[in-house]
Amino acid sequence: MKTLINLYLSFLKLGTVSFGGGYAMLPLLQREIVDKKGYATEEEIMDYYAIGQMTPGVIAVNVATFIGYKQKGVLGAIIATLGMITSPLIVITLIAALISNFADIYYVKCALSGIRIAVLALIVKTIITMAKKNIKNAFGIIIAVLSFVVMLFDFSAVIVVIASALSGILYREVSLK
Amino acid sequence: MMGLLTMFFEFFKTGLFAVGGGLATIPFLSEMADKYPWFTKEMLTDMIAVAESTPGPIGVNMATYAGYSAYGVLGGVISTLGLVTPSVIIIILVSKFLSKFNENKFLNGAFLGIRPAVIGLILAAATELFKLCMINEKFDGLYNMFDLKSLALFLIFTFSVLKFKKLNPIIVIIIGVFSGLILKLA
Repeated sequence: MKTLINLYLSFLKLGTVSFGGGYAMLPLLQREIVDKKGYATEEEIMDYYAIGQMTPGVIAVNVATFIGYKQKGVLGAIIATLGMITSPLIVITLIAALISNFADIYYVKCALSGIRIAVLALIVKTIITMAKKNIKNAFGIIIAVLSFVVMLFDFSAVIVVIASALSGILYREVSLK
Repeated sequence: MMGLLTMFFEFFKTGLFAVGGGLATIPFLSEMADKYPWFTKEMLTDMIAVAESTPGPIGVNMATYAGYSAYGVLGGVISTLGLVTPSVIIIILVSKFLSKFNENKFLNGAFLGIRPAVIGLILAAATELFKLCMINEKFDGLYNMFDLKSLALFLIFTFSVLKFKKLNPIIVIIIGVFSGLILKLA
């Protein structure tokens, strides 16, 4: 029981201080999970990140789930995950409430318009970074372009993900022959 | 009640198929914006801004904000739980078969396809958002189709974030706030 509470608290702490996505959390995770609590080794954390990259879901949450499972099985996995999401739940709810209550004010509208443009620029940057990393050949280009075009015509994103997965499997088989 | 259940399943679906980072949830949220009265596409960029500026994983933040917009505090909780449930289940299953996972050739192949596809998906969603922000609602021709102030600001921002790679996103967003106020972009 005590382990579960500590597990929850560790991830509550991590969820509260990690800004900017899963990898930014890594140093803090190392310090808390490996050094302080000994819930996992550095190699295990790296493995979890690698696998968490490939499984669906938010990577930070996936890593939490892994570590929780290792400590206390299914219950540990659930508790660790809940710890991770508690702070964001509270913080975001407060901010969302604030924004929706003040959204009609002229100055808020101006600020939001500015934010929208800033966000678009950030997304462009992310897309370019992802493209450099993940599109290495003609196959990648074709899949990316196809997905883009198809989505503009209101295709289901789920179908695109499944179709691209199947294409990837086929491609791998063909290219390895 | 039905609405909450529907939302849980929509976010469960998102949690299952949004592979490759918090921003991969955007295409799915965009679809939700079209399909349900929970939130609009304009609100999406607000969500992204808040999600990037606050602690916690971006995907979780997006889900909470979206859920809150739909059904208040309970909505935020339900959508977030919906988002993380599939991955919790999958990770628990994977933990039992850890070593075999990494070497699975089907998974390796699948990701060769999924990763570029996700890029296309996010680009498509971004294009929709771009259209919303940059294009005026009523226009007669090419000359007044674009909101020039917004377009110019967008180009400046994009150039800056590409040039200054280490720039913290929060700073970009704060500059966005001031730019919006100074340029009176409402």
